[in-house]
Amino acid sequence: MQQNIIKVQNLAKKFGEFFAVDHLNFSVMKNEIFGFLGPNGAGKTTTINMLTGLARPTSGRIFINGMDYTANIKKAQEIIGVVPEESNLYDEMDGFENLCFCASLYGIKKTEREHRARNRLQQFNLTEAGNKPYKSYSKGMKRKLTIAAGIIHQPNILFLDEPTTGIDIASARQIRSLLKSLNETGTTIFMTTHYIEEAERLCHRIAFIVKGQIIKTGTIQGLMEDTQKEKIIQFSFDGVVQANQFEKDFRRYFSRCFLTHIRDSVFQVRSAMSLDLMPFLSFFDSHNIKVMEAKIIKPSLEEVFVNITGIERDVMKKEKEGGKK
Amino acid sequence: MITSIAFWNILRKDMRNYYLKPPNISWGIIFPFAWMMMFFLKSQTPVDVRAVLPGVMAMSVLFGTTSMLAVTITFERRSRSFDRLLLSPISLTWLMLAKTLGAILFGIVNAFIPVLMALFFIKLLNIDWAIVFLSVIFIAITSTFLGLFIAVSVSEVFEAQTFSNFFRFPMVFLCGLFVPISQLPVFLRPLSYVVPLTYGADLLKTAINQNGHIALEISLSVLLLYSIILFLVSKRNIQHKWIY
Repeated sequence: MQQNIIKVQNLAKKFGEFFAVDHLNFSVMKNEIFGFLGPNGAGKTTTINMLTGLARPTSGRIFINGMDYTANIKKAQEIIGVVPEESNLYDEMDGFENLCFCASLYGIKKTEREHRARNRLQQFNLTEAGNKPYKSYSKGMKRKLTIAAGIIHQPNILFLDEPTTGIDIASARQIRSLLKSLNETGTTIFMTTHYIEEAERLCHRIAFIVKGQIIKTGTIQGLMEDTQKEKIIQFSFDGVVQANQFEKDFRRYFSRCFLTHIRDSVFQVRSAMSLDLMPFLSFFDSHNIKVMEAKIIKPSLEEVFVNITGIERDVMKKEKEGGKK
Repeated sequence: MITSIAFWNILRKDMRNYYLKPPNISWGIIFPFAWMMMFFLKSQTPVDVRAVLPGVMAMSVLFGTTSMLAVTITFERRSRSFDRLLLSPISLTWLMLAKTLGAILFGIVNAFIPVLMALFFIKLLNIDWAIVFLSVIFIAITSTFLGLFIAVSVSEVFEAQTFSNFFRFPMVFLCGLFVPISQLPVFLRPLSYVVPLTYGADLLKTAINQNGHIALEISLSVLLLYSIILFLVSKRNIQHKWIY
């Protein structure tokens, strides 16, 4: 069984009478990428701030590596790396100096921090920009350097708040790839995002958070299966196939399944029960219908999110863009 | 080990990024220079130069430290880079000391610009330099922590400057530097003894002109007490306002 590296019990943050984070319970396992997916104002950043020491919980407990750090998160900050939503490095310093300074905050000695800074610049394709002032960097470069600064002390856990928001597609892809390789080398990642595709590509497990509450937590596979009300297999046949060629026999053989003609020679079989592919293939073969492709249709994470939270993806995007303005 | 490396590098970064930048060096020189010239041009004899020296030194420290710290901390808070420091494992106390030491050193250097200028006009004999140094250090510490208190109380750089003046100008007129406390209206005199600069200026008067009227131990104790209170209040404010 995998070990929980972060465990949160009844974590709450109240502003006046309003609960920004409303009694959350979740855990993050060692070496996993755990994603918080939710719209603006859902409580994602407030949760990260409480877990990293920028905000005090109103109630609840935070365990990191099995130790209760609720009262003094400072003690856990040695093993935590944080990449905030907005880059917060120093405009006056160049990339190399910024990384060296961030390393020094964790007590890393000069030779070692310079060595690490050079390595990180190379890893993030920023070697050439290393001696240029941070203020001259593009948004994507700033983001990459902020992530490099967040991991310069080789933390066990990395917190990322909206890691690819507002940057170009190429930089976003590079950052995702870097995060994956970072995770493969043993770093546990806790990230928030409002990009459903990003969560789907990166995260092992996801929690949907809305209005300060976790609505659902699980693996992407598990969330999809839980949400799917009926199982669907889609068949594409060779040549022109009419439904009447096999419809009558089909209903007799598969009384609990429904057949739907999608287009041309494409049909879908739906059932509330689990579907096994082989009986269908044998059936079509016995009716001299050649199956070119058979695929199990699953809902996208977006559909799962909309189903569970009732929030449309476009609403999340618009909210985020509005928030940025 | 973590604390000492982090402390030194925060201080070094602040010195390079803020205090040793040409505009700030010139500010540190021009400001005391302007004060000094203002009084020297008005003065008729060398005695007058010596008489105003403690006042100009104290004002240089007060304005130098409060201006710089209020701006640098407020600026870092606005750009969110201060959050990076709060997220590091260095304790808040050491972090605040690292952030303020640069301003203290800046204030100490500021204090001696008028002294260098005065050397062109008068001979600085019969001065207790040990007490001068001690006084300057204590004034710089108290003024810096006042600047810290101001920086933590506001959120914009311009607010920091406005709020600083709310403290600085009344202090300059109440501390007895230019108008002796005994000549102030009766109802203002108690206020003079609430102002920390009164004690700093009196220390400098004792050291330079031997005409201070508060015991050395009392002045040092009051300044120390002010420093501790301002530091603790600022720390509490950071804990409550910035770690929300």
